[in-house]
Amino acid sequence: MSDLETFRQETRFWLEENGPKGLRGRTATDIEGVWGGQKWVPEHPDERVWLERMGAKGWTAPTWPTEYGGGGLSKEEAKVLAEEMRVLRLPQALVGFGLTMIGPTLLRFGNEEQKKQHLPRICRGEIRWCQGYSEPGSGSDLASLQTKAERDGDDFIINGTKVWTSYADKADWIFALVRDDNSGIKQEGISFLLIDMDDPGVNVSPILLISGKSPFCETHFTDVRVPVSNVIHEIGAGWTVAKALLGHEREMIAGTFGSGAKSKAPNGRSALSSLAVERVGERDGRVDDPVVRDDVAQTEMDTKAFGLTVKRTQDAAKVGHLPGPESSMFKVYGTELNMRRYELMVRILGPDALGWEGEGFDTFALDTTREWLRSRGNSIEGGTSEIQLNIISKRVLGLPD
Amino acid sequence: MQLALDEDQEMIAQTARDFLEENSPVARFRALRDEGAELGYSADLFKEMAGLGWAGIPFDEKQGGAGMGLAELVLIVEALGRKLAPEPFIGGVTMGGSALSLGGNTALIDAWLPSVIDGGKVVAFAHQEARSRYDVCRVETRAEADGDGFKLTGEKVQVLDAVGADAVIIPARVSGEAGDRDGLTLFLVETGASGVSVIRQNRLDHRNAAIVRLDDVHVSSSAILGVAGQGATLLEDVIERATVVLCGEMLGGMFEAFDLTVDYLKTRDQFGTKIGTFQGLQHRAANVFMELELARSCVMAAARAVDAGDKDAKKLVSLAKARCSDAYVLAANEGVQMFAGVGMTDEYDIGFYMKRARASELTFGDSSYHRNRWAEMGKY
Repeated sequence: MSDLETFRQETRFWLEENGPKGLRGRTATDIEGVWGGQKWVPEHPDERVWLERMGAKGWTAPTWPTEYGGGGLSKEEAKVLAEEMRVLRLPQALVGFGLTMIGPTLLRFGNEEQKKQHLPRICRGEIRWCQGYSEPGSGSDLASLQTKAERDGDDFIINGTKVWTSYADKADWIFALVRDDNSGIKQEGISFLLIDMDDPGVNVSPILLISGKSPFCETHFTDVRVPVSNVIHEIGAGWTVAKALLGHEREMIAGTFGSGAKSKAPNGRSALSSLAVERVGERDGRVDDPVVRDDVAQTEMDTKAFGLTVKRTQDAAKVGHLPGPESSMFKVYGTELNMRRYELMVRILGPDALGWEGEGFDTFALDTTREWLRSRGNSIEGGTSEIQLNIISKRVLGLPD
Repeated sequence: MQLALDEDQEMIAQTARDFLEENSPVARFRALRDEGAELGYSADLFKEMAGLGWAGIPFDEKQGGAGMGLAELVLIVEALGRKLAPEPFIGGVTMGGSALSLGGNTALIDAWLPSVIDGGKVVAFAHQEARSRYDVCRVETRAEADGDGFKLTGEKVQVLDAVGADAVIIPARVSGEAGDRDGLTLFLVETGASGVSVIRQNRLDHRNAAIVRLDDVHVSSSAILGVAGQGATLLEDVIERATVVLCGEMLGGMFEAFDLTVDYLKTRDQFGTKIGTFQGLQHRAANVFMELELARSCVMAAARAVDAGDKDAKKLVSLAKARCSDAYVLAANEGVQMFAGVGMTDEYDIGFYMKRARASELTFGDSSYHRNRWAEMGKY
């Protein structure tokens, strides 16, 4: 028996023993999964058990080195683990920015001490991270950020405000871009800094969005004292780290939208076409409104084309090609597509989509309306669509400045 | 399904591109157009291409082919499409060749397919009649019993690569009404046979296309391809394959039209600067770029799915054709707009791509036709 087959059997056995029955069939996305952290309140009692067991094995971060709390698995073994978890319909024990953003950044840019301090706690889900990039005055022009870092001995004194910090009210630490030097071009003099949210002078206020929810906050720093040793990479080289991390964020966002719409209704229809048939009505086996039907087809086909393009990039990487120019379109196309889908769903629901809350509206319609409102931010967060189009025009097509 | 080119495929694509670059600048197509050449393509160059093995790519090794598939053939026609090379790879090689190859008539395969593969003969395929639009079963051409065979009467239109062809495959009705799937039989008819006339049609893309008129043409029962009376299956299979290959050609055209446009944006001065600096044009160009990349993924997937006989192959073919239709038209329309005044002149090549885009869009179903087909397959 091959080593991989042995690993599969052992993994299956362990998962059957340790994967809580109560969690089977639950999903773990960035929206619904367990983010951990000190302020975490589990929705289900088994979530904590599952996180502890998986964290102890390092399987929350299967491919990270064991010395930093990871699983030390090869890519093939990690794939087996994911497959076996799917078989038992077990959710990921932990999701979030620690695993997807700051962790990989520390692995690439962090020094030994920083890795030892932070990575194991990320793997165990003890620390929840948030991202401090945007500022009230710097939206798309991120490099114009002004949060000030003044040197005082071995410390930086931080003053300024970060905005659109996702879930800062639930986070324990923040990775932030701060400016310690204004003398050069705007991309210089920026440092990538880790800050404990419990430090005196850090204040968080949630921002109420048009969807009625507050996934984002404003985070204020008033004379916050942070050791210089919390800078990742070199002082003043934060832009390099930030760009690497942003690329990662865009990939993640695109991946989220690229995998949508796979769910099949029992009648062989897609979720979207089922909704159209159910809500608009059916005549001779077709959606009763031919224009809505055509829009459903267009949206499904856009989704399929996008999914195939994501797959094309992944397949090319597997045979050793560098990412082709097509990968630069994932963020803008994926998010715009997701927004079109919600617009269409709201139109399909018709007046039922007008509910905000309370009686007289079904849950699905209420959720869809809120999600539609939330989706309007997709083309703004993580670099607006216009910025993405600028990147394609200049870096891919080589159009002049 | 692997949506990446392997080394052999990379080499096929590169060879084809180099050959076309060397032997077929768009000026060659322009000259053929200017001459009003009856054939519309170069028979010699076609033989040379066949000599490179291109015409044998999609056919079984047992039938004398290279034993590859549409995944490879689309790479060849993409190179042709870039330079608007009008050699008979769609009507002749793909449609005629596939009908022979899939038709199950060994005598006809032995007699014709080797010559299709070596470029010695062209066998066209007549899938269209006046007003039949995209319904390949809307066939009025009749086949009536006549001695030991049949007598064909009717008229086919826009038969691709029929001018100069040695034979044309004719779907004809043995029973039922135009539009019925039942009652169709496919016959191989030699163009030299008594009662056959091939009349050149002039289309906006100057491609080789003709009316094929059949006046009491006698054909023997041995000329039947596929199942007599149940020819719709073979007919549809041929169109499915031809649609994928046309998509490959369209990819070449849309990418070349876009490359020409982007080059122009980088070189054309207005208001004291390159017009490519204008964000209004940059974002439109980026939008075209995205549509082109999406179209490429769909064509790769459709070709592989048809090659593998996947159960969702038809959906992917519809996806590919819908996207290629819209993307090529978009790239060409935006190209003409960005070239502006000179884009409207016959002197510039971009206009050729606009015409070719339209001709390709309206062959084998445009995007709304294929969205409808997609929805039908999705049971809504």
